[in-house]
Amino acid sequence: MGNRTPLYDTHVAMGGKMVDFGGWDMPLHYGSQLDEHNRVRGDAGMFDVSHMTVVDIDGDGARDYLRHLLANDVAKLDGNPGKALYTGMLNERGGVIDDLIVYLQESGYRLVVNCATREKDLAWMNRQAESFDVTLSEHPELAMVAIQGPEALDKAKAALGIEWIAAIDDLDIFQGVARGDWFVARTGYTGEDGLEIMLPGEDAPGFWRALADAGVAPCGLGARDTLRLEAGMNLYGHEMNEDISPLVANMAWTIAWLPEERDFIGRAPLEKEKAEGVKEKLVGLALKERGVLRAGQPVVVDGDGGRGIITSGTFSPTLGHSIALARVPVTVGETAEVEIRNKPVPVKVVRPCFVRNGKSVI
Amino acid sequence: MSEIRSELKYLSSHEWARLEEDGTVTVGISDHAQDALGDVVYVDTPEVGTNLAAGDEAGVVESVKAASDIYAPVSGEVVAVNEALEDAPETVNASPYDDGWFFRVKPSDPSELDKLLDAEAYRAEAEE
Repeated sequence: MGNRTPLYDTHVAMGGKMVDFGGWDMPLHYGSQLDEHNRVRGDAGMFDVSHMTVVDIDGDGARDYLRHLLANDVAKLDGNPGKALYTGMLNERGGVIDDLIVYLQESGYRLVVNCATREKDLAWMNRQAESFDVTLSEHPELAMVAIQGPEALDKAKAALGIEWIAAIDDLDIFQGVARGDWFVARTGYTGEDGLEIMLPGEDAPGFWRALADAGVAPCGLGARDTLRLEAGMNLYGHEMNEDISPLVANMAWTIAWLPEERDFIGRAPLEKEKAEGVKEKLVGLALKERGVLRAGQPVVVDGDGGRGIITSGTFSPTLGHSIALARVPVTVGETAEVEIRNKPVPVKVVRPCFVRNGKSVI
Repeated sequence: MSEIRSELKYLSSHEWARLEEDGTVTVGISDHAQDALGDVVYVDTPEVGTNLAAGDEAGVVESVKAASDIYAPVSGEVVAVNEALEDAPETVNASPYDDGWFFRVKPSDPSELDKLLDAEAYRAEAEE
């Protein structure tokens, strides 16, 4: 038996097909992954993401610590409690230990990191904390629910009740608001508008039921993956890992180079890589023919015979054909070939983002 | 719990075979297989006229999650394929034993059917 979130019994009662995911028993789908995907693109769906790890950083040294620990700069959050920042946490070689979201709180910061990387993240964060006046505290008592889709905000407001309506109406994208021990942020992992809500575990089953009553479809990890892939969002262990630079993984926008004197971990190797010229990049691939692109399939680039690899691939329910993210030589042109089951298949090379707010962007 | 029909024969790779009254053999994948694959998005069936040997790769079924080869349970010539799956591959999920059939062969050696798993033997394998 794996770890269980506070919503485990609710998932089983609602017909969730439970599978092991990084040591957690999580719902893969509740009948049809495709239906759940389409509900999020056209209406509203909800995901249990309580398996993710919440770590609060407190103490006088919290800001300095995070400015050293993270490639993006938490100084961007100054004076704006509830504001969120997406960032990589890099090792000394400039590889990605994890990607995470950091929120500024009224006091201190809150980090949400991946569950599969929890132990190495915490070991790394604790080691780096030794020279700073900070305390790290995990919050396993919290549940987390993501509500995503064009109707997500309206339906979430119906489930949350009137005391939340004004707060959510005022919420900017990538901004959160705390009330009591609940925290509601306008973030997500689907390419749709929506909320991610942290709440006490004991409140989670009732809230999930209220959302279902408001017409929000329960969605599993299967739809979560096809949605994030259509949105061109990275998944740790696929698009990035400790041997892959964020400059290669389409994360250059998350690196705060200025101010120059900020000495974040991984800065020196990334500056060197940038000066020498980045050799690979992450692109999107679109296959209009029959067949499905899968992670691990080789990509043959036109011209100099360079090769790349698919990092994530799936059938795109919104587009009706297969899409993939791939790491390829920067010399890649507008087309390439993928070897599917030993057969070369032509694919179109596009920006690594396929769907935004329910519509194709390729 | 997935459905395993007692009148069918099975391969341990989750294909089923049904001897029809006209002597042809219809092939599809089991309820257990469609459930494990999840939403099916493409089915590649062999062309009519193809001669298959038992155990040959006869097609591919692709779901959102994974691709899976389809093997021929018996030898023979392909005499029909389920063209409806081209536009409605989800039929494999909804009706794996009826409307979701893949192809039909005219068996060259009907005794090959006897070498396949019966429902009880398949159930034992599928539950492992």
